[in-house]
Amino acid sequence: MGSITLKQVTKNFDEVNVIKPLDLEIKDGEFIVFVGPSGCGKSTLLRMIAGLEDTTSGNIEIDGQDATHTPPAKRGLAMVFQSYALYPHMTVRNNIAFPLKRAKVSPAEIESKIANAAKILNLTDYLDRKPGQLSGGQRQRVAIGRAIVRQPSAFLFDEPLSNLDASLRVNMRLEISELHKSLSTTMIYVTHDQVEAMTMADRIAVFNGGIIEQVGTPLELYKHPVNEFVAGFIGSPKMNFIAVPQSEDKKTVNLGIRPEHFIISQEQGTYKGTVGVIEHLGSESFLHVTLECGTTVTVKADGDCPLQYGDAIFLSAQENKTHKFDKNGLTIKTTL
Amino acid sequence: MATTNSRTLARFMLLPSVTLLLAWMIVPLCMTLYFSFIDYNLLVPGEKEFVGFLNYEFFLTDPAFFESFFNTLLLVTGVLLITICGGIGLAILLDQAIWGRNYVRIMVLAPFFVMPTVSALVWKNMLMNPVNGLFAHFAIWLGFDPIDFFAQMPLFSIIIIVSWQWLPFAALILLTAIQSLDREQLEAADLDGAGPLSKFFYIVLPHLSRAVTAVILIETIFLLSIFAEILVTTSGGPGYSSTNITYLIYTQSLLQFDVGGGSAGGIVAVIIANIVAIFLMRLIGKNLEG
Ligand SMILES: Nc1ncnc2c1ncn2[C@@H]1O[C@H](COP(=O)(O)OP(=O)(O)OP(=O)(O)O)[C@@H](O)[C@H]1O
Ligand SMILES: [Mg+2]
Repeated sequence: MGSITLKQVTKNFDEVNVIKPLDLEIKDGEFIVFVGPSGCGKSTLLRMIAGLEDTTSGNIEIDGQDATHTPPAKRGLAMVFQSYALYPHMTVRNNIAFPLKRAKVSPAEIESKIANAAKILNLTDYLDRKPGQLSGGQRQRVAIGRAIVRQPSAFLFDEPLSNLDASLRVNMRLEISELHKSLSTTMIYVTHDQVEAMTMADRIAVFNGGIIEQVGTPLELYKHPVNEFVAGFIGSPKMNFIAVPQSEDKKTVNLGIRPEHFIISQEQGTYKGTVGVIEHLGSESFLHVTLECGTTVTVKADGDCPLQYGDAIFLSAQENKTHKFDKNGLTIKTTL
Repeated sequence: MATTNSRTLARFMLLPSVTLLLAWMIVPLCMTLYFSFIDYNLLVPGEKEFVGFLNYEFFLTDPAFFESFFNTLLLVTGVLLITICGGIGLAILLDQAIWGRNYVRIMVLAPFFVMPTVSALVWKNMLMNPVNGLFAHFAIWLGFDPIDFFAQMPLFSIIIIVSWQWLPFAALILLTAIQSLDREQLEAADLDGAGPLSKFFYIVLPHLSRAVTAVILIETIFLLSIFAEILVTTSGGPGYSSTNITYLIYTQSLLQFDVGGGSAGGIVAVIIANIVAIFLMRLIGKNLEG
């Protein structure tokens, strides 16, 4: 069991309000990702759920029980920190055994649990080393191992991969997803990397300045963002925003078009522009095009795109793939 | 800086300072060594003849030597125990977010700035004096007989005074060590279900081991040569009960004018200090690695 419900939760640091009243329901077994720009309160909320930070007002319920004032150890949650927070003077074995020893588990059971966790995480050969003698990825796995032996009702991850290099990050991403599938325990995962969010999440909560802008599955957020912020945050490269001077419906101020939803033409199109820098990635290319109105947009093209720097081209959006935003940045629902 | 060339150059550049330091150390040592082998008493003018190991024999077979040797060990270990345990406690207190803690930290450091003679005098006359000392008043107020500290427990009294002087040093070093402890480790321990005691013994104490080692090594060097506090309070007495090696050498060479005997004692003290140093490095030196 591991359902977590936040009801009108807020957090103040002295006078500064960091989390505005916030509601969120996390279902048992769900993989939910918190994304948002730096300083928007993701870590703070995660630490509040873990019990490391007091809740100023509102309630946190775990499995239907009010846990707002329960001490961290009693909440049955496990956290993996960005800095791993391994105990440097203990061997990997003792690190993993630490929570079990505190819970007075019998030595034989501890031994079997460690062996089991080490097997899942490929740590069997490293059990007698100290954390200082491990690579970043291995330390990360030890931190996860320390979390899973406790069989928590939910895992909390605070940017666990941000200290790893790009290729290792992709591997660990898969391993964590795999772990979630095999354990099917609730996981809350904080990141500001939207690729991690899109690839791992069952649902994503997009944070901005202490509020949740939108919660939904990755595809929901991609297809139907509720406002400009979410639209710009989800998807890579970012959505392009083009100002609309006078619109037919008198409301649309900005038009959002994702880079992958442009049609490039040499002869005709909605927008005329000049090709700037071209980034060739092999499988695809990204063109930076300056439109006549002065806006620079990113356009996704084929890998073997023949265009050159300085070429004049026409762009238009694919049908039904544009997003309209009003003067408050909210999405204008088009008739579907 | 790893080519052969640069290393040779570096050694060459170090030469002047190393030479100076060596001379600074070697010359007095050689003179002491020389004096320790001759019969040199300031009260007996005339020939200073070579007497071999006679000075050493006298110094080492003197019953006062053994007593002062054990006093030295007691003094050092006693002060180390008090300052390390007290220092850890104080450091943990000072690490808490208390009101005005910057001022408290400065105040705690104050005893370290008081000269040894002055602090010994303060303790002797204002605190431990059996007639008008604060402790005596306190004892009378509680209905006990006042304790004459320097007569009844001279060595213990000196241990207390020296500990008071060195406690701030230990506390400050340990405080900086505690502050360098990663808070996330403590939070992880919180989540792992560790109580305050478990956190202290499994996380804080191991983290402090290097700092404790450094404090032990530094303090030992200074504590082996405690002198002013003894001179001001008990003058080594009653009998030899609060005399340490340093003070014994002083009585030999300056109170009995026996320069030869005092020098032999000095050399013995140097050897003892080196034995202690080797012993300590063997015992706890590995804590400083890595
Ligand atoms: N202990 C604290 N005291 C005062 N303010 C704090 C404290 N901890 C965090 N804050 C403030 O709360 C806000 C949210 O911080 P938080 O660490 O939750 O951000 P975040 O979303 O995790 O950002 P990042 O992606 O950079 O980790 C920040 O503006 C920060 O300055
Ligand atoms: Mg954070």
